[in-house]
Amino acid sequence: MGRTLAEKVWDDHVVRRAEGEPDLLFIDLHLLHEVTSPQAFDGLRQNGRRVRRLDLTIATEDHNTPTLDIDKPIADPVSRAQLETLRKNCAEFGVRLHPLGDVEQGVVHVVGPQLGLTQPGTTVVCGDSHTSTHGAFGALAFGIGTSQVEHVLATQTLPMARPRTMAITVDGELPDGVSAKDLILAIIARIGTGGGQGYVLEYRGSAIENLSMEARMTICNMSIEAGARAGMIAPDQTTFDYLRGRDHAPEGEDWDAAVAYWKTLRTDDDAVFDAEVFIDAAELSPFVTWGTNPGQGAPLSASVPDPASYEDASERFAAEKALEYMGLTAGQALRDIKVDTVFVGSCTNGRIEDLRSAASVLEGRKVTDGVRMLVVPGSVRVALQAVEEGLDKVFKEAGAEWRHAGCSMCLGMNPDQLAPGERSASTSNRNFEGRQGKGGRTHLVSPQVAAATAVLGHLASPADLTDVSATPTPAGV
Amino acid sequence: MEAFTTHTGRAVPLRRSNVDTDQIIPAHWLKKVTRDGFEDGLFEAWRKNDDFVLNRPERQGATVLVAGPDFGTGSSREHAVWALQNYGFKAVISSRFADIFRGNSLKNGLLTVVLPQETVDRLWELTEADPDVDVTVDLEQRQVRAADVTADFELDENARWRLLNGLDDISLTLQNEADIAAYEASRPTFKPRTIEV
Repeated sequence: MGRTLAEKVWDDHVVRRAEGEPDLLFIDLHLLHEVTSPQAFDGLRQNGRRVRRLDLTIATEDHNTPTLDIDKPIADPVSRAQLETLRKNCAEFGVRLHPLGDVEQGVVHVVGPQLGLTQPGTTVVCGDSHTSTHGAFGALAFGIGTSQVEHVLATQTLPMARPRTMAITVDGELPDGVSAKDLILAIIARIGTGGGQGYVLEYRGSAIENLSMEARMTICNMSIEAGARAGMIAPDQTTFDYLRGRDHAPEGEDWDAAVAYWKTLRTDDDAVFDAEVFIDAAELSPFVTWGTNPGQGAPLSASVPDPASYEDASERFAAEKALEYMGLTAGQALRDIKVDTVFVGSCTNGRIEDLRSAASVLEGRKVTDGVRMLVVPGSVRVALQAVEEGLDKVFKEAGAEWRHAGCSMCLGMNPDQLAPGERSASTSNRNFEGRQGKGGRTHLVSPQVAAATAVLGHLASPADLTDVSATPTPAGV
Repeated sequence: MEAFTTHTGRAVPLRRSNVDTDQIIPAHWLKKVTRDGFEDGLFEAWRKNDDFVLNRPERQGATVLVAGPDFGTGSSREHAVWALQNYGFKAVISSRFADIFRGNSLKNGLLTVVLPQETVDRLWELTEADPDVDVTVDLEQRQVRAADVTADFELDENARWRLLNGLDDISLTLQNEADIAAYEASRPTFKPRTIEV
């Protein structure tokens, strides 16, 4: 019987397989950041262990880093101490680090791909659940806890139980104005936050094949929000074109050998998935969340659901709690929800293509009074590219704040937070209670919806902007 | 890791589904660089409400958390497990756990037990009616017992053996050093490297 993409990559990394034991998998790339690594390095020290493969390990600073005044000492002493701990640990053990201020610094899941380190058919881990992002390249990539971080540092392997596989086939064409973010939010609403539990998801079908690498990363990034172990997309010419010429992409004969191998990384025709989901791309429209988990979402054109409409008691209770926390009433049109803050950024939507699409909506328009908009590039490289294209000017002229790279308001570990009761439209990945700041209320949206929302002050898509002039009327005319 | 054989204690019924790790331990607590001292951050936002089940006098000293489905979703932060343990919990019962949280818990000796939702419902009713009822989580027998409730649970033999003996995963893996070295020697040259060594 044929094998799925996930099974092929898995099999190619089995170091040891024994009856009654989890497989021991080799890890090709280990990404580190400041939040989930300090206790792992402590563990190595306590046991007199070293980092086994420094050449497969790389660290960056992202979760705590400020997005303003980065040339000054970090104001929060606890954040500063955590970053200093990472610097000390990397220096002591010899790990390559891109600290704040370095041109390669940025959100760990933006940095790996742009350096060309994330490659098809590799195993990638990081002490961060959004490691699933790297699956966009046909890599098997999963988030791990700190004990596992220590395990990989010490052994470059992980014992893991073989996951099941689920195909999510998206055929057809995405309508205009519908992005990868809308698609993944719709998928999570369909299968639920636990729907992917125990599975590696493989996104396939013509709509997926037509996506850029950035869009594929947005999709795979949020696999974890459906509870999945990982998300993957088979590598193709789009993947190879993205990788060619990047710092750590193979060269010469190695490139040819790599591409020959990468081309084998497709699910065989006779392979059988443990579960299958089919989605018609043509039926999708801009999608936003109304609740406090990423599965509580609906098309922008819909209304806040009535908790009484849920048959399942625990879902009904969860919806009631969510509406209470979010300050919403059943039946209220989603388009009528007013926001205070718009956040564009994160490992989900902080790449150059995301900034381009937000800027294209904002060009010649203004962020409405009373709304603050933060644009936080996913990495320094993304920021530099955006500046080269003049996107920073578009954002600034529209009245948005153009910030330095990092995780920022996605999880509010740095000063970028919502105040209690404040409401955001956010291109990030989690609308959990208090995620963006204590008492903050989050609606997850695409970059286009974020930009249109900033202009109108309520949840909106670019299609709603028809009566708002894109060209400012000159004074006196 | 601390070994886990069997544990008996009072329970906290937590009637909530989709308890994500941001609720278990909010992000600002993640700046700490140790594995201890997280107990005050556990369910921090909810504990501000005096009526929250963990705040009630009859739940003080309870060691078994009985939670709703999809417990531990979201962030991979192992701090969520440390916070539960620092607070005093020895076991968590739910009908479904998020994968990463489950893995983290078993690596730290916090036993996460999967039981059908009907059984979780019965444990909720039982422990809400009588906060003093003892709940036993028996890993040797793979069984949960409380008053008239007796429920078997599954846990794969390998994970059970490591928990019962409090074994350290890294030491176990390093016994296979020869296999790791052999695999490393066979890796293709086109695989990426972060630095030249």
